[in-house]
Amino acid sequence: MKPFSYVKPLDLAEAVAAIGPGAKFLGGGTNLVDLMREGIELPETVVDVTGLPLDEVDELPGGGLRIGALVRNSALAADRRVRAAYPVLSQAVLAGASPQLRNMATVGGNLLQRTRCRYFYDQAYACNKREPGTGCDALDGFTRGHAVLGVSGSCIAAHPSDMCVALAALDATVEVQSVRGTRRIPMSDVHLPPGDTPHVETALAEDELVTAVELPPAPVAAGSRYRKVRDRASYAFALVSVAAALEVRDGTVTAVRLALGGVGTTPWRAREAERLLEGGPATEEAFGRAADAELAAAITRQGNAFKVPLARATIVATLKELAG
Amino acid sequence: MRVNGVVESLDIEPWVSLLDALRDHLGLTGPKKGCDQGACGACTVLADGVRINACLALAMQYADKEITTIEGIAKDGEGRHPLQEAFVRHDGLQCGYCTSGQICSAIAMLDEHAAGMPSVLTPSVQPASAVLSDDEIRERMSGNLCRCGAYNGILDAIRDVAGRETVS
Repeated sequence: MKPFSYVKPLDLAEAVAAIGPGAKFLGGGTNLVDLMREGIELPETVVDVTGLPLDEVDELPGGGLRIGALVRNSALAADRRVRAAYPVLSQAVLAGASPQLRNMATVGGNLLQRTRCRYFYDQAYACNKREPGTGCDALDGFTRGHAVLGVSGSCIAAHPSDMCVALAALDATVEVQSVRGTRRIPMSDVHLPPGDTPHVETALAEDELVTAVELPPAPVAAGSRYRKVRDRASYAFALVSVAAALEVRDGTVTAVRLALGGVGTTPWRAREAERLLEGGPATEEAFGRAADAELAAAITRQGNAFKVPLARATIVATLKELAG
Repeated sequence: MRVNGVVESLDIEPWVSLLDALRDHLGLTGPKKGCDQGACGACTVLADGVRINACLALAMQYADKEITTIEGIAKDGEGRHPLQEAFVRHDGLQCGYCTSGQICSAIAMLDEHAAGMPSVLTPSVQPASAVLSDDEIRERMSGNLCRCGAYNGILDAIRDVAGRETVS
């Protein structure tokens, strides 16, 4: 690993002051340490933020939850308030990684984790995300794990997070802090599609630290579900995943949330499908039509074209299960 | 850093992983370097009783923690831990490379279950006396790979120690 200097600030002001060009915040380390060992991330300074007091889940005055950025994934998934009011979030977190990794990984780090595209990781291949302007060997490569929504001619890397798919469905807000102050970013604006600049992955500036994620009250989420399809039963990234919440009254959809993982370059909120479902019949046919409408924008390669019918089937199955 | 009950002073660079600190600097070669990228679980150790992948941990981050490796799991450092006995009894290994990680992981897994920590298979409203089913054990141990495929023996050993009758 390339040598770096290490600092561990114990308060927030000190932490955001310590960041600068060539510096990186370090949380649980499950992604950054790996990328540093691979020579993809080469920080000169590592600012270890795990000593900051950001590891609580608190109830918000008007309902909803505020999750500190340093809450470990395992603690988030086990939180009784999360499991009762936002089961989709607990299920999504528990469907990701392994118990050991969830014990280490933080909420803030999970939000900012980078793609697992093998062409991004392997420096023998061209990657616009790793080295802007060098091309993308994934386009004509082995694309089983790659995205079909939000892709560009520069990058088709899938966003790897399960947690973020649930947060997208739950209309979460991400709070970030820098020396310039605090700002709040809607979850749907946090991750950026690759376009011509796949190396620019989020709306956060280099010096901004995630401090919390807030979940607004969402009664529809009490019956929510995360369903993940992958190549083995556990401890694998999603081929397709679905975060869904559904409320049905007298056969009519009165509220719905739908987000997809494994298929998008960002955690994919399925707004077109939601628009079609809302107020319509809670039938398998309607669920299928909504899935088709969302997936109509898919751009596939030979190796990942299967994701479109797989996503359709997973959306329909999940909504049917929730409709009861 | 406290390691297996002993206070250890280490003079190391910040980029040294906890795994390398344990193996190369303290001579504790029980934790194994399998993939060195958090994919296999052979490096699993306990930090304040919580299982982690030592390969993805910078040693500096764990300076104030109590680290327990396979060398430190036996009570009072004497004899063997019940899970070590059970792995022998049930043939929970072939080459043995993943075994120290499997056993450290299983110790913490049983503690997590006892503390009511859910897995993805656990119903949202979990009954207080939830039984650790074979499927739950498999899911909760999925962070530890065994390339020899000794999974059935590993499952038998853990089930045995969990104090549960075999279920069909």
